[in-house]
Amino acid sequence: MANRIPRVPVREQDPKVRATNFEEVCYGYNAEEAQLEASRCLHCKNPRCVGACPVSIKIPDFIAEVAKGDFVEAACIIAQDSSLPAVCGRVCPQESQCEGSCILGVKGESVAIGKLERFVADYAHGEGRDAFRHKVATTAYPVHQKHKVAIIGSGPAGLACAADLAKWGYDVTIFEALHKAGGVLEYGIPEFRLPKDTVVKSEIDIVRTLGVKIELDVIVGKTVTIDSLMDREGFEAVFIGTGAGLPRFMGIPGENLCGVFSANEFLTRNNLMKAFRSDYLTPIHAGKKVIVVGGGNVAMDAARTALRLGADTTIVYRRTEVELPARREEVHHAHEEGVDFQMLTNPVEILSDEKGWVRAVRCIRMELGEPDASGRRSPVPVEGSEFEIAADTVIMALGTSPNPLISRTTAGLETTRKGCLVADEEGATTRKGVFAGGDAVTGAATVILAMGAGRKAAKAIDEYLKSL
Amino acid sequence: MFEIIQKSMLTPTICKMVVSAPRLAGAAMPGQFLIVRADEKGERIPLTISDYDRKEGTVTIVTQIIGASTKKICSMETGERFADVVGPLGNASEFISMTPEKLAQTRVVFIAGGVGTAPVYPQAKWLHAHGVPVDVIVGAKTRDLLIYREEMAAVCDNLFICTDDGSEGFHGMVTGMLEKLYAEGRKYTNAVAIGPMIMMKFATLTCRKLSLPVIVSLNTLMVDGTGMCGACRVSVGGKTRFACVDGPEFDGYEVDFDEAMRRQGQYKTEEKEALENYGK
Repeated sequence: MANRIPRVPVREQDPKVRATNFEEVCYGYNAEEAQLEASRCLHCKNPRCVGACPVSIKIPDFIAEVAKGDFVEAACIIAQDSSLPAVCGRVCPQESQCEGSCILGVKGESVAIGKLERFVADYAHGEGRDAFRHKVATTAYPVHQKHKVAIIGSGPAGLACAADLAKWGYDVTIFEALHKAGGVLEYGIPEFRLPKDTVVKSEIDIVRTLGVKIELDVIVGKTVTIDSLMDREGFEAVFIGTGAGLPRFMGIPGENLCGVFSANEFLTRNNLMKAFRSDYLTPIHAGKKVIVVGGGNVAMDAARTALRLGADTTIVYRRTEVELPARREEVHHAHEEGVDFQMLTNPVEILSDEKGWVRAVRCIRMELGEPDASGRRSPVPVEGSEFEIAADTVIMALGTSPNPLISRTTAGLETTRKGCLVADEEGATTRKGVFAGGDAVTGAATVILAMGAGRKAAKAIDEYLKSL
Repeated sequence: MFEIIQKSMLTPTICKMVVSAPRLAGAAMPGQFLIVRADEKGERIPLTISDYDRKEGTVTIVTQIIGASTKKICSMETGERFADVVGPLGNASEFISMTPEKLAQTRVVFIAGGVGTAPVYPQAKWLHAHGVPVDVIVGAKTRDLLIYREEMAAVCDNLFICTDDGSEGFHGMVTGMLEKLYAEGRKYTNAVAIGPMIMMKFATLTCRKLSLPVIVSLNTLMVDGTGMCGACRVSVGGKTRFACVDGPEFDGYEVDFDEAMRRQGQYKTEEKEALENYGK
């Protein structure tokens, strides 16, 4: 009776200890725990988990290998559909995807698919490294297609698209604007959720093993253009996976005071530029009392980062805790670590000291009114409820939108009013030979949805190139 | 890539380097900047492009030692490689897109302060090559800190030197020099001021007094340089703009210099500490 076994809990770093360091919060399963958890899978005839996975990983198949103890084989099964399992095992919202549709979850607890995926991937990058890489290298196809494909952006969408195209033998080059490959995995998600050297770099190395070239420090739209890549450098198809990197601000008075940062700046300094390490020269300002405005995963990441840098940290959000767009796990972790939550609260002005630095944030209490277009009850200010919260640092985590650098420099590429690239279901844009996917098309979403879009576009690019 | 082809110290604290960066050199225009990261642990430092050679695939940068990262950049030698050089960033100067008719009516005075003299050079050179009358005012604290004298003289009609201590040229500030030129009856259609924020503020005040439109090039804090971080926010005409993607050049009359100066000093404490610990 496999389903009598309760879901195997995962070990985590003690909240009090981890609130002072940048080491990973979750330790993941060991082999014994993973095999026990894998034995809970019922191997449904019609596995709903696979249908709920944006990249369609053959979940019951890899779990069967885990149960048997053949972890390298399990990694190879995942690798057919995902090039970032160690990443996704950590940051995917499994509760609303694979695990959310697991039949065991109806009456009890779903199989811990995410934690199993993570275990398998970590094994493939650790103990099983040589065996796994050998298998990848022997199954990787050499370049045998004459077509060159340019991928713009080395985030989840670009990596997924590049990996599939490389497997099919295309000559693939990724162009990355920053000095490290990974996009949001490098600059956005903190080390304590997603270790850079052991996880992100290892997964990108596997993509390179497939034959994908990555050229760093190239800003498409500035250093080169889509036209120059296609006309002068011989790329016949282009995939734009440039994400949604532009920060939003509230437009309230005092937002340009010293001590007000976008979450993008704060996190990029700490993640990509490693400000938390004393051997790096990057400065960062966390101050003593930080207010983070927003309720998404990025707000949680910024708050937990500020906390680890030694600041007393408060999240202010205009709705209630139920409406927080962040994953439950992240909210739970933030609570455990000591982040203060001020719900139904919205800043109206940031107040200055005599030197032009933040002194306090004037907020107003909110209440939930009628449901809006998204079905969520919209917050309404409570008149006369204004109050001040003392703070020396304010971090704005209000969401991001796509960067217009490419759309502005590429003729024939249409965008929506929100600045998102217009693309069909398969990723074809309004310009021939140019495809797009991920946050650049949808606006800020998740790693796995971007990967799914990257894979779909890879298929469309393959069909397009074959039709030439 | 990113090999230092040539290095010379222009003053004890200002260094000029010619760096191999073919893609960047192929796209660079006057007024744009680039970002250098000396090594794995260095910051991303924005520097204005002082010159570019498309054929050789090189760009020229001029760096003043201010903090630990610029010290690291200036300590590197010919033959060594930077970890990263990325760009060109920001927009090209306005006059690049002017019609020949408009250019024919243009008469520009550049107001350059300190290390800001270097980014003036490619702009003056471009205008000079396009037959536009160009005068350049170069200011420095003292004679030994003057840079780009010969280079600049070759690409302008008149070069006016001024030093704070009177050790060379006009004894006084660049603003005093500009007023003197106007008093002598010279007239310009446009001014471009590039230098320390405080100098651009006062240059703008003087230009306003003379009813002379002025463009300034803002050297704000930056991380990525592509519009992602917003560290470079400036208030221009009451609106928030990003110097990296909306600038770096703005109408001087519209810029809130006091705010820009405060924002530029946001990491002063951390930077001072890093410089003190540099090399330890």
